[in-house]
Amino acid sequence: MIRAVIVMNTQGKPRLLKFYEFQPPEKQHELTRSVFAVLSGRPDNVSNFVEADAIFGPGTRLVYKHLATLYFVFVFDSCENELAMLDLIQVLVETLDRCFKNVCELDIVFNFNKMHTILDEIIFGGQVLETSSERVLKAVEEISRLEKSSSSVSFVPKSVSGRFGR
Amino acid sequence: MEQLKTIGRELAMGSQGGGWTGQSKEFLDLVKSIGEARSKAEEDRIILREIDSLRRRIAEPDVPRRRMKEYIIRLVYAEMLGHDASFGYIHAVKMTHDDSLSLKRTGYLAVTLFLSDDHDLIILIVNTIQKDLRSDNYLIVCTALTAACKLINEETIPAVLPQVVDLLAHPKEAVRKKAVMALHRFYQRSPASVSHLISNFRKRLCDNDPGVMGATLFPLFDLITADVNSYKDLVISFVSILKQVAERRLPKAYDYHQMPAPFIQIKLLKILALLGSGDKQASGHIYNVLGDIFRKCESSSNIGNAVLYECICCVSSIYPNAKVLDAAAESTSKFLKSDSHNLKYMGIDALGRLIKINPDIAEEHQLAVIDCLEDPDDTLKRKTFELLYKMTKSTNVEVIVDRMIDYMISINDNHYKTEIASRCVELAEQFAPSNQWFIQTMNKVFEHAGDLLNVRVAHNLMRLIAEGFGEDDEGADSQLRSSAVNSYLRILGEPKLPSLFLQVICWVLGEYGTADGKYSASYIIGKLCDVTEAHLCNDTVKAYSISAIMKICAFEITAGRNVEMLPECQSLIDELSASHSTDLQQRAYELQALLCLDSQAVESVMPLDASCEDIEFDGNLSFLNSFVQQSIEKGARPYIPESERSGTFSVSNYNSQYQHEASSHTLRFEAYELPKPSPTPATPQISVSTRTTDLVPVPETTYYYTENNQASKLPPVSDASSADHGIKLHLDGVQKKWGRPTYSSSSSSTSSEKKTNGVTRIDGVSSPSRGTLYDSKGQQSEVSAEKQKLAASLFGASAGKTEKKLASTQRAPKATTATAERPGVTRAVSPEISKQKAASSPPPDLLDLGEPITTTTPTIDPFEQLEGLIGPTPGPSTLDNSVTTSEQKAPDLMTLYTDTPPSSNSSISSALGDIHSSDKNSQMAKNVPSIKKGPNPQDSLQKDATARHVGVTPTGNNPNLFRDLLG
Repeated sequence: MIRAVIVMNTQGKPRLLKFYEFQPPEKQHELTRSVFAVLSGRPDNVSNFVEADAIFGPGTRLVYKHLATLYFVFVFDSCENELAMLDLIQVLVETLDRCFKNVCELDIVFNFNKMHTILDEIIFGGQVLETSSERVLKAVEEISRLEKSSSSVSFVPKSVSGRFGR
Repeated sequence: MEQLKTIGRELAMGSQGGGWTGQSKEFLDLVKSIGEARSKAEEDRIILREIDSLRRRIAEPDVPRRRMKEYIIRLVYAEMLGHDASFGYIHAVKMTHDDSLSLKRTGYLAVTLFLSDDHDLIILIVNTIQKDLRSDNYLIVCTALTAACKLINEETIPAVLPQVVDLLAHPKEAVRKKAVMALHRFYQRSPASVSHLISNFRKRLCDNDPGVMGATLFPLFDLITADVNSYKDLVISFVSILKQVAERRLPKAYDYHQMPAPFIQIKLLKILALLGSGDKQASGHIYNVLGDIFRKCESSSNIGNAVLYECICCVSSIYPNAKVLDAAAESTSKFLKSDSHNLKYMGIDALGRLIKINPDIAEEHQLAVIDCLEDPDDTLKRKTFELLYKMTKSTNVEVIVDRMIDYMISINDNHYKTEIASRCVELAEQFAPSNQWFIQTMNKVFEHAGDLLNVRVAHNLMRLIAEGFGEDDEGADSQLRSSAVNSYLRILGEPKLPSLFLQVICWVLGEYGTADGKYSASYIIGKLCDVTEAHLCNDTVKAYSISAIMKICAFEITAGRNVEMLPECQSLIDELSASHSTDLQQRAYELQALLCLDSQAVESVMPLDASCEDIEFDGNLSFLNSFVQQSIEKGARPYIPESERSGTFSVSNYNSQYQHEASSHTLRFEAYELPKPSPTPATPQISVSTRTTDLVPVPETTYYYTENNQASKLPPVSDASSADHGIKLHLDGVQKKWGRPTYSSSSSSTSSEKKTNGVTRIDGVSSPSRGTLYDSKGQQSEVSAEKQKLAASLFGASAGKTEKKLASTQRAPKATTATAERPGVTRAVSPEISKQKAASSPPPDLLDLGEPITTTTPTIDPFEQLEGLIGPTPGPSTLDNSVTTSEQKAPDLMTLYTDTPPSSNSSISSALGDIHSSDKNSQMAKNVPSIKKGPNPQDSLQKDATARHVGVTPTGNNPNLFRDLLG
């Protein structure tokens, strides 16, 4: 099971935190800091895996990817495969890139609710839901289309649900 | 992601170009000012100001809804930065009620991030979730499912369960998929509350949509992990699904980087690894498809390697087969030879799995392993140490442990330091080639990680020094002791030593410091006094030290020599007599008292080198029998055991009850019984026991049941106590605990490793020429000679194995009980291996079997069904078949798969019955070990006894010990 998804920049500022098992804000902050401490100490050209049992408890590992000014980190337990998780990060980044056209840190900062939407289409309750960035994108677009139209016709929600149902 | 590289520049420019609609200028400014904050304090100030203003504005009446949405998002942002935004939770909850999808989604997002599943506000959301799950709009349903996944707890599961189950048949596959996963989440939260729905997962395995099928693999994986045996019937189905996925029969849309549905493949391989583990028959079905994947899978892409790695894991888990094992070994060597650190890491991990089956595989990768050991990548290094730990044997233990210690000294991470230190200790205890080496190694470990080690490790070391290594040769033992004493006296010069190490040193000096006559008593006593002086604030060390002084004095007195009291020692005694710690006081007074005794008395109090002697302990106090008899004759009242006195539990009853029901300390609501006249001593036992049970709250009955259960499972431990449990004090049981001390638990956790080692030896003997073979190959010439040497010492040198093995098995029985079992394990494993070898030599060519397997067994084929969407369904004919031949395993699934109610109902219910019964079984099975694990008073008693027996219980207070010995 995937325990957490953390996106932070190279200064250690969190850009997106998603814990699939609830952690209070202070704890989230602490975990992020210790992850950052580990990652910032790692040189380039080494593996993307870190054993994280000191931070997240026994058996946990994390996979990270360092892209431009951001770290993408997935924390997971022994039921997942490291290489596959690395590819899942790839899926997330690809989707973000398609969604925002030349994604950059600012996109993520200002649209982190959209980022959550994307993530929710990829990971559901700690399990991998979808790995095709095309289909993730389609789902996200459908949601945003409906969001837009529903906000303009929100006085008659019945008709919306009638039209878009199924 | 080239584009991501532009990020830094844009941030610097504070670009606000078009993209982010919907966010106000204020939010942009907030983010920007935080981005520019120079320090953490400045950032905190900005956020706190923001939170203040939000608190004010969010509480204003009639905030426009769109504005409110932004506030909520800003709150989420503030909380992400680690600040409390709890005042806004209720507004987020309110927002989930909104009709607009956009606001509703924001509300749900905020509550899933804000609230834990036991938050008080959850109850306000459950109703909304219920309503949204029934919505016509599938996107709202999806949103609600996501929220349910995160927020619904054990108590609220029943409220949404019916809706979620209904959604399993939703026309949209995206909804079905999420419903399956939500149900899985509920199962994880509380298996009991969805246990009646488990058949749904089997049913959905045959969903038309491969995505939904893939989603069911997650819950099935969990279910199979919990109980393998009830899912053995699915092996054939899983294999056929995997086969079809690997053969690209899924729609192209499921490909990922030219790999057909890799995540589904990985999950299936994990499931098959579980199902085939130790099951020859099930494994037989799997070899074929594994061979296919090994052949077809391309190793150029990351995800392809992920699948290959999973195949290797599967091979190492299922019943061994030579062909797939070879394929796995080949893939592993590709990983190891790769330049990518990721693949090397996977390779090392895979190698660690494969050598469990065949240790020879490691031989050809010696240099790759050593390269990994010297790699700058810490993750890779640790993984390699793990591998080395697994392949340690008596021939290479010195090299491996030395390397481990070097690494241990070099790192600062306490967590990992502890782990690697305890591994060093374990390996040293198990495989130490010589006493000298063992002592030196332990000294190093204690010196650098002493404070991180478990106390047990120290006790173990003391015991080993006291008992020697099991050779009957007294000379070797005393040599060991004097070398220990020498090294400790040397080490005492170091300025800072961990407390645990000092305890060991004090104990050994006290026990053996003067034994070989090399050092005078006053010299040792002086050293011990120095220790206490250097560690003023550590009471435990002081206690060890004063006890050691007492022993040395006693030995001197016994030997008839005069004990001259050093001034520093006298001042130490004076100081400790006035100590705040009663324990230290007592020890000081005991020492003073001892000094006044004559040599004969002293000898019986403190016999020389008697730490290994058994202390006879008369728990029944039988030496008082005559005295009791006399008193009774004189008319004294006989003693009534506590358990027979009215209204009190027996001690043992209370203890074990406490052990099992520690958590159920609740208030008593029923009135206390009326006081009864004190009973006659001859009260029949049965009535007593019923009375005690009356007093105990209801769950007692189940407790008795488990107790009995436990007793039957663990005859030697609680045999006597289960039969007439709760009636009398079991002092006879206690007496046993005072017997010979055993520190058996120290290495019991590594039974798997030992198994490996057992195997190692056997195979090592059979192939002694491997090492030379490797040398003759003459690998790359640029490899340094040093590395070669290291490799040889790690992997080669199989010649010396036999004698060493003998030596170590001799040592085994005394070292630990777990190691004592080692020969047994070896014996158990070896026939299996030889059998396997025999079986593999005339091979029914499994890999080339091709189709036959699928044709012989009537498998169900969800994807044929899938393809059948275009053409007519091939279902009905096979369906009839399967219903009639109900003995076969596979059709069971088939009947579930048909959605025709009359026929499927019965099979579902029977399957349900199965599940129920198996659930119960597994629960019962779980119960037993959990009892074992719990805080066990007997264990602690035993530990206490042994610790005392060795003469070092600074924390204990047993003044009676001496009195008993004297009396």
